[in-house]
Amino acid sequence: MSISWYLVVSAIVFSIGAGGVLVRRNPLVILLCIELMLNAANLSLVAFARANGNQDGQIFAIIVMVVAACEVAVGLGLIVALYRRKLPIDVDELRELQG
Amino acid sequence: MAELFFFLAAAGVIAGALGTVLLRNAFYAVLALVVHLISLAALFLLLRAEFVAAAQVVVYAGAVMVLYLFVVAYVGGIDQPLSGAGTNLRGTSVLFAVVLLVEFCIAILGSGLSSIDTEGTGFFAGFGTPEQIGQLLLTKFLLAFEAASFLLLISAVGAVILARRRSGLEDPREISVADLLRSSDGGTLSDEKERGSLAEAAGPPNR
Repeated sequence: MSISWYLVVSAIVFSIGAGGVLVRRNPLVILLCIELMLNAANLSLVAFARANGNQDGQIFAIIVMVVAACEVAVGLGLIVALYRRKLPIDVDELRELQG
Repeated sequence: MAELFFFLAAAGVIAGALGTVLLRNAFYAVLALVVHLISLAALFLLLRAEFVAAAQVVVYAGAVMVLYLFVVAYVGGIDQPLSGAGTNLRGTSVLFAVVLLVEFCIAILGSGLSSIDTEGTGFFAGFGTPEQIGQLLLTKFLLAFEAASFLLLISAVGAVILARRRSGLEDPREISVADLLRSSDGGTLSDEKERGSLAEAAGPPNR
């Protein structure tokens, strides 16, 4: 399989994730869609690492996974804080910084 | 044979991504993302990235998704319509995604890079194994490794601070700073003495 097939799959997944961030209103699902975009970037990094015979891209993918895990922890903490304050779990309702 | 596995895994990846976006229930969306992640690990294996594939399954599909499931169960399954903000905005969003995809495909298929039309060059025995990755992480990319560990620490502390119980006096059995100061003084702390002290900062005493 040539590397461009993997890049096309990566582009499709990234577009699905970007569309999901725009369409969905639940912040949990928006976090999931951001994960989709990060995974698409990971796939293209690993594909380019394979294309060049160089493992630096794989290291980059692992660091991206670490950053994604950090983002998930902070984002889920925010959602739990929203729920504790009885705010609506909906990004359209949460327009003001001072809820 | 590799083609068959590629198309199976790619179908799983795209179906999982579509399920994540389109399923209404957040619980099912998380499960669709698990399918997506495991199929993506299969693609990583096809690209000879063994360690990244294993880390993907263990860290993402194992740990991060369990975190998501716990939060979905805590917040409650919210059955929501896909978009209530008017079909106008929704149509624009879908159009944006399609335009993005077309742009990416033009960039990939019209690229002048010669190596992306091949299966990849420079493959050697041990490519992408834990030995190689570990050696690179501890020699060439030591700074990135340490920065990533520090980032994990910061985000763990930040998540605990964000999600902690703010109004801790709702439960009468819980002990606040004011209670500690009062008990050390034998319970004779008057309002005069509390003024300007740490006990005042901790809020009105919960008598």
